[in-house]
Amino acid sequence: MALLAFVITISLMLVVVIVVVYAERKVAAFMQDRLGPTEAGPYGTLQPLLDVLKLLQKEDIIPAAADKKLFAVAPILIFAAVFAGFAVIPLSPTLVPAGVGIGVFYLLAIISLDVIGLLMAGWGSNNKYAMLGAMRSVAQIVSYEIPAGLALLSVVMICQSLDFQEISYQQGVLMNAFPGLEQEQNWLFGIRSLGFETTTVGGLTTWNIFRAPVLLVAFIVYFIASLAECNRAPFDIPEAESELVAGFHVEYSGFRFATFFLAEYAMMVLVCLVAVILFLGSWNTPLPNIGPIALANWTTGAPGGIASVVWGGFWLISKTLVLLFVQLWARWTYPRLRVDQLMHLCWKVLTPISIGLVLLAGLWRLLMI
Amino acid sequence: MSVVKHKVGFRDVVKSLVSGARLTLHHFLHADKRRKPVYISDESYFEQKEGLVTLTYPYEALPVPDKGRYRLHNEIDDCIVCDLCAKVCPVNCITIESVKATEDIGVTSDGTKKRLYAPTFDIDMAKCCYCGLCTTVCPTDCLTMTPVYDFPEVDIKNMVYHFTDLSPEQAQEKKQLLEKQQEEMAAAKAAALAARKQQG
Ligand code: SF4
Ligand code: SF4
Repeated sequence: MALLAFVITISLMLVVVIVVVYAERKVAAFMQDRLGPTEAGPYGTLQPLLDVLKLLQKEDIIPAAADKKLFAVAPILIFAAVFAGFAVIPLSPTLVPAGVGIGVFYLLAIISLDVIGLLMAGWGSNNKYAMLGAMRSVAQIVSYEIPAGLALLSVVMICQSLDFQEISYQQGVLMNAFPGLEQEQNWLFGIRSLGFETTTVGGLTTWNIFRAPVLLVAFIVYFIASLAECNRAPFDIPEAESELVAGFHVEYSGFRFATFFLAEYAMMVLVCLVAVILFLGSWNTPLPNIGPIALANWTTGAPGGIASVVWGGFWLISKTLVLLFVQLWARWTYPRLRVDQLMHLCWKVLTPISIGLVLLAGLWRLLMI
Repeated sequence: MSVVKHKVGFRDVVKSLVSGARLTLHHFLHADKRRKPVYISDESYFEQKEGLVTLTYPYEALPVPDKGRYRLHNEIDDCIVCDLCAKVCPVNCITIESVKATEDIGVTSDGTKKRLYAPTFDIDMAKCCYCGLCTTVCPTDCLTMTPVYDFPEVDIKNMVYHFTDLSPEQAQEKKQLLEKQQEEMAAAKAAALAARKQQG
């Protein structure tokens, strides 16, 4: 079972990453009125695969003055950290690679390892651009973990759980099927006194951002912070092609570079998955039950059945792809922030907002019971 | 000089972020349209404000102007081998060798009488600066510029274009014919001279 989950997770992750790499090129091209890849395969769809194949054929160069051990281990550490994060992601009501009770906490901890890998790569390369990139990257990621962590904390306070699967169940019609939640009820906007129960309505109405509308703000804060955590534009100063060449991975080539590349895109997928699970209803359908038209039930399936796995995977992945599109969209729209603007945004805007959110989320929880 | 007003309020920031995002989304949503490869004289040239601008070059290309100066072509049947083009060429990239014809070789399409064969008529396109002077001096308008501009070669020797219609053997034959004729003429002349001497 564990092996199966491992295989499913890694293959799913690779497929989504390949799709995102292709989408990145096409979206960028379309936004800039270009065509993007057209030659490799129909509409250039084989391009990302061929890119990886090309990278694997390249020589693995280790600079003479590099710290060889750190240099060699860094890409593997980064990839392992990101991939370990996928372990706690529930794919459907019954399919979760590792159903740990403290999944959110584990995830925050394990993807912080990423920072150590970045620093190892930057330091080990013995190159000033790589070093600068790594330092910027560490400063940025450590800073942005605070608003991101606080935004996640507000979700945890609303849901009263650190388990991704439990949080997922809470956001749909299957809530009462989860052991321990049999007596729970969902109310519209999480306000019990409105007297409108949504436990059996499901769909959009029970997504966290509607179950407790404060989480809508938390979602935006988390999304911005997550862009910074995976070094995406407009927060890509650690990689800033135009000033740092490529940042911490400037000295890498061949297979090791491919690993960085993969880890970076896997990180994007991971943060989007987390955003979907914690804010946008996880694997739950967006369609509510309206009276006799039980859209939510039809598009969920009974837990345990094959239908629920297919529907769950479908909703989770399509919502993730939408968020990934927003990430790409932001990248090809906004210019890069300066270091001071980046820190200003983090410490003076996002952190105070997210502290306020934690407080509000606590108060909102009182309305829900 | 007007003072630049810095917009720093939350509302302004959000407004500019939204307008930027709308702009790129607009381009993304209109990616189903493509610019057509039409020439600037076409009515719709300036009307195509939306859609992708890239042309997939080898498959589609913008048309070139009618009087554009691109690769040369010599219609050797119409060439009278007058050597004017070679003389005017500023970079000396036209090499012409001529052999007088022994018989009547007809006229060009504009009625000029042809008297010379061209065993060599080479233009080195790698040296040519596409000034077009040779085409203006050509009396029979057989040297022209075509709309072809994409003719890269792996071996630079292939950049020399041979326009002659004679094979080396034929050229050899024409040269021998000419030599023979000249010898005959010289012999006839000598004979005539000898005959005149005898008379005189
Ligand atoms: S175009 Fe100009 S450079 Fe080229 S062959 Fe003619 S005269 Fe010479
Ligand atoms: S000027 Fe024209 S006719 Fe004269 S040799 Fe050149 S190509 Fe032939």
